[in-house]
Amino acid sequence: MTLLDRVLAVARRRSPWVCRVNTGSCNGCDIEVTPLISPRYDAEQLGVQFHGTPKHCDILLVSGTLTARSRAAVVSMWEQMPSPKAVVALGSCPASGNVFAGSPVVLGCSLDEVIPVDVWVPGCPPRPQAILEGIARAAALLEAGKTRDQIGRAA
Amino acid sequence: MSEDLLRYGLAFLVWPGLLLAAPLGWFDLWLMRKATARLQGRIGPPFLQPAFDFLKLVGKRAVIPEGVNRTAFVALPIVSLASVGAALVVVPMPGNPAPRLPGDVVLLVYLLEMPVLVEVVAGFVGRSVYGEVGAMREALMSLAYNLPFLAAVIAVAEHAGSFDLATIAAAPFGPVHVFAGLAFLVALPARLKTNPFSIAEAEHEIVAGAHIEYSGPLLGLFELSHALEIVVLTELFAVLFVPASGSAAVTIAVWVVVGLALILGVALLAATTARVRLAQAFRFYWLWGGAASAAALVAGFVR
Repeated sequence: MTLLDRVLAVARRRSPWVCRVNTGSCNGCDIEVTPLISPRYDAEQLGVQFHGTPKHCDILLVSGTLTARSRAAVVSMWEQMPSPKAVVALGSCPASGNVFAGSPVVLGCSLDEVIPVDVWVPGCPPRPQAILEGIARAAALLEAGKTRDQIGRAA
Repeated sequence: MSEDLLRYGLAFLVWPGLLLAAPLGWFDLWLMRKATARLQGRIGPPFLQPAFDFLKLVGKRAVIPEGVNRTAFVALPIVSLASVGAALVVVPMPGNPAPRLPGDVVLLVYLLEMPVLVEVVAGFVGRSVYGEVGAMREALMSLAYNLPFLAAVIAVAEHAGSFDLATIAAAPFGPVHVFAGLAFLVALPARLKTNPFSIAEAEHEIVAGAHIEYSGPLLGLFELSHALEIVVLTELFAVLFVPASGSAAVTIAVWVVVGLALILGVALLAATTARVRLAQAFRFYWLWGGAASAAALVAGFVR
C-alpha cells in the first residue's frame, strides 16, 4: 500500500457523507437519526455530513420495511452512489419486516436480498449512539476496503 | 516571453495560486464550520476535515447521468477551478511573481464571475429539475449582489483614477473606502452563498442546487473552487480596503487576519439567520445594497 493509498483510505474513514432513505419506516428510526446533528451527539466530529442526494454520499442509511413501492427506489439510490460506498440498515425492519411482516404491501424479504448491507444496527428504534456507531463502523469498513461494494469490485 | 509564462505558471500553481491558496481555503472552510458548530453549542469538525472531504471525493468514482453532454459536464468544474486560480494570479499579494497587467481589476471581476456562470450552466447541463431551479436562483442572485459588489470596485477605482489593482491599493484613504467597503461587505455573504443568502443551494428546498448531479472528483473540484473563491474574495477586500505596510510579511499577516475576521463575521451571520426568499434577497440588495452603492459612488466621484 503506497502512501497515497493510505492517505485516501484515512480520508474515506474521516469523511463519511450520509444519505438517508425511508423505505416504509414508521418514522421511529428517522426521529432517532435527527439528534445526530444536534449538540448532544454532534456527528460532524466524525466528519459526518447529511446530504440530500445519493450522488454526493458514501453511506446509504436505510430505515424501514421494504415495500413493493420502495424496492425500486432504494435500488436506484444505491446504484446512483459512486463507489466506494457502504449501506447501513437501521433497526429491525430492514432485516425482517418486524411487526409489519406478513402485510400484503410489505415485501417478505430482508434488505440484504436487494442491496448488499454492510452494517446492521439492531433496535426498534436503535438509540442515536448505536446509529452513530453503525456509521463509524461503515466508515472503518470503507477505510479497510472491506465494504461489500469494494470486495465485489476487487473480485 | 517564456520567462513571463514561467512566472504566470509559478503564480498559478504555487503562490498566490493553488498550492498555497488551497490549504488557506480549507482553513477558511474549517473556520466557518467550526465557528458555526461552536455557536450552536457543538464541538464541530476536526481541523483537517475540508482536506479529508476533498481527498475522499477525488478518490471516488464519478457517476455521469445518462443523456447529459459529457464534455460540458466534465469541463465545467475544471473551468470553474481554472478561473478562480487565474483570479488568484491577478491579486497583487506581496511576493506574487506574475507580471502586472494594466487594468487588471477588470480582468479580476470577469474571472470572479466565471464560477457563477459555470454554476448556472452546470445546473442546466445536469438536467435535474432541482439543478435548474438552483441555476435560475444563482443567475438572479448574481444580478442582485453584483450591484453593491461592482459599485464598490468601481468607486475605489474612480477614487484612485486607475483600473490597476496596485494603484488602487496604494491610493490614499478617504470616505469612499468606508462606503465602498460597506457595499463590498453587504455583497460578501451572497457571493459566498451562506445564510441568509444560501438561496441558490438551499439544501432543504432544492437538495444541492446546481451541483446536484455532480459526484466524486468533479464535485471535489467544485468544492475546491468554492474554497479558493473565499480566498480570492477576502484577499480582494484586504487589497482594496486595508493599507499595505512596508514589510511584505507584515502585509500578508495583516491581510490574512482580515480575511479570517471576514470569514468569522460571515459565519456568525450565517449561524444566526434563516434563509430568506429570493424576492426578499433581491429587494434587500437593490434597496440597501443600492443605497450603499450610491453612497460609495458619490464618495468616489466627488473628491
